[in-house]
Amino acid sequence: MEITLETASQVIDFLAALVLITSFAMLAQRRIYGLIHLFAWQGLFLAINTAFVGYMADKSHLFISAGLTLGLKVFLLPYIFYILVHRLNIRKEVENMVNIPTLMFIGIALVILSYYVTAPVRELSTLMTRSTLTFALATVMMGLLMMITRRNAVTQVIGFLAMENSLFFAATSATYGMPLVVELGVALDILIAAFIFGIFFFHINTTFDSLDVDRMAKLKEDEMDE
Amino acid sequence: MNNSETLLLFLVIPFISAAILAVVGDRKLAPEVNIACSTATFAASVALAVEYCLNGPMLAGGNLFFVDALNIFLAVLTSFVSMTTAVFSRRYMRREREHGRVDHVAMRYYHVMFQMFIFSMILSLMSNNIGLLWIATELATLTTVLLVSLYRTPTAIEAAWKYFILCGVGIALALFGTVLVYFAAEKVLGEGGEAMLWTNLNMVGGQLEPTILSLAFVFMMVGYGAKVGLVPLHNWLPDAHSEGPTPISALLSGLLLNIALYSIIRCKALVDASTKTSYAGDMMMAFGIISVLVAGFSILRQKDIKRMFAYSSIEHMGIATFAFGLGGTLATFAGLLHLLMHSLTKSAVFFTAGHAAQINGTQEMDKIKGLFKSNPLVGWSLMFGVMALAGMPPFGIFTSEFMILTATIQQAPIWSLFLLIGLGVAFAGLIRVVQPMVSGEAPDYQEPIKAAHLPVIIHLAIVLIMGLYIPGFLNQWFNTAVEMLK
Repeated sequence: MEITLETASQVIDFLAALVLITSFAMLAQRRIYGLIHLFAWQGLFLAINTAFVGYMADKSHLFISAGLTLGLKVFLLPYIFYILVHRLNIRKEVENMVNIPTLMFIGIALVILSYYVTAPVRELSTLMTRSTLTFALATVMMGLLMMITRRNAVTQVIGFLAMENSLFFAATSATYGMPLVVELGVALDILIAAFIFGIFFFHINTTFDSLDVDRMAKLKEDEMDE
Repeated sequence: MNNSETLLLFLVIPFISAAILAVVGDRKLAPEVNIACSTATFAASVALAVEYCLNGPMLAGGNLFFVDALNIFLAVLTSFVSMTTAVFSRRYMRREREHGRVDHVAMRYYHVMFQMFIFSMILSLMSNNIGLLWIATELATLTTVLLVSLYRTPTAIEAAWKYFILCGVGIALALFGTVLVYFAAEKVLGEGGEAMLWTNLNMVGGQLEPTILSLAFVFMMVGYGAKVGLVPLHNWLPDAHSEGPTPISALLSGLLLNIALYSIIRCKALVDASTKTSYAGDMMMAFGIISVLVAGFSILRQKDIKRMFAYSSIEHMGIATFAFGLGGTLATFAGLLHLLMHSLTKSAVFFTAGHAAQINGTQEMDKIKGLFKSNPLVGWSLMFGVMALAGMPPFGIFTSEFMILTATIQQAPIWSLFLLIGLGVAFAGLIRVVQPMVSGEAPDYQEPIKAAHLPVIIHLAIVLIMGLYIPGFLNQWFNTAVEMLK
């Protein structure tokens, strides 16, 4: 079946919108298990998007990249998180943070900001994915927002990984993906990071008896004062 | 350009060393093996430097790695300081082990990650590919995160977590910047790995789209700037540098900050070629001067000796960032010299601070006293080290700071006022605390230690000599690098 470029571009935009929506959902999600599921969904949309772009643009290396995303972000990492959360027995699922409507508004503002920031790229790019760069930057920013507003070590890490997700997304939308060497290296780094995070959860949990990062306050500057 | 086998050897040695040390583990000879491995890396870097002097810039590994005037001196510096740190670490860590601050497993881990850390720094310096540079810089963060929390105390874990999260965010933004640079380069150089190589990018700098590059630079500056410890992204640095084992503090402060700044100055050269304005430089000057001021005043408030020196690192990196931002021949030359001098001095000062803390059993400056009496060599090294760090003549930091100040007065007089305030406050802050630590009677809670004096003496001697005379080959490297950067 022949897919016209226009249809392709619409499909890509639709998938990009799904990625963005999962980002918003993650901002609003308070329960850790729910967050892990959303993270896996985001990875899935991303993988489909990458594979679709790879098929349309006839770039075989994007399939490898999509496969990596699928294996790493949809199955392996969520699985590791699931096990960790289960083993660490995180009971307290509702956490203190900025209230959700405010977060949503900040999220919307970030999308608008991203639209303006990426304007020069949209003008110069001739790729069918060009308009998705806005979504990519917006999701990067929202990952950042999530890391700032969450007070639990696990949710901060999910925010971090959501950011990495969006960076892959950005690379695909701006340039049909970076060269394979680089993408593989980045994937390796993320994998190492995930393992270190895992080790950390145990350290933090045993030392502070909780994964609530608010308990860490020993190194605050004011204690240095007289 | 010629191909260099030595370059590949230089990269491979630390990687193999890590594997060897993983096997050696916590055996009695592990620190000596660590020294031998680091010395081999240093020897390879010297061989590479000689080869560079004979052949000029070189490539290796299918264009993926390269040597030029800018990275060769940082490579030699990195391997030299890691060698002396390995020497220092032998006695220091042995004592920590005897006192039960680290266990069997932690020691094996420490040595392996020590070498992996050096590997990742050399990889980022020698990488010709901006993507690989990013990967290596991220790897450097990952290898050091668990080193910072090696002691497993609550504060150490907190410091490492902060370091991980903040640098993780920073580095993610830098990757976005990298994607944008690739986007702009792809239009000129075509798709694929070739469009990510510094050697190619520098050739076509003028043809790259200025709006995209300006946008990319913002992300690069913020991203790698977080790793340099520039204010307001510096929050993690004093914690990470003060809570980890001292050899790691010395490497973090002395070397890793350089690597991050190295990435920024390479980007700046590229962005300047494209935009033909002082946009990137102005941004660096602003970040630099704010860092100098904030760090200068923060030094005054510190009670922990390693924390104070960590703030001093922020100050010095601010000065260097400012110098590179200012641009021009004199300031860029001074910036490079400052990086070199700061690395040597700061690692020496951390070594002595580590010794002083071991003698007194605390890092609190109030309780460190009478070092002249209890261990004169440690006392004098601390005294001279801090003097060098504060920028007293005839040490090398004075030379570089004086050159930066001169350039500022010539090119941007108003900024020199802020720079002077920052330098003055930091100077006072450092000199004020050193005297009570070295003079007076030694308190009875002190314990004698076997100190490693040699690394400190060598570092300070080099800083002193370079303050008076810069050797010809170094002068030539700097001048070539300045031509590339200004």
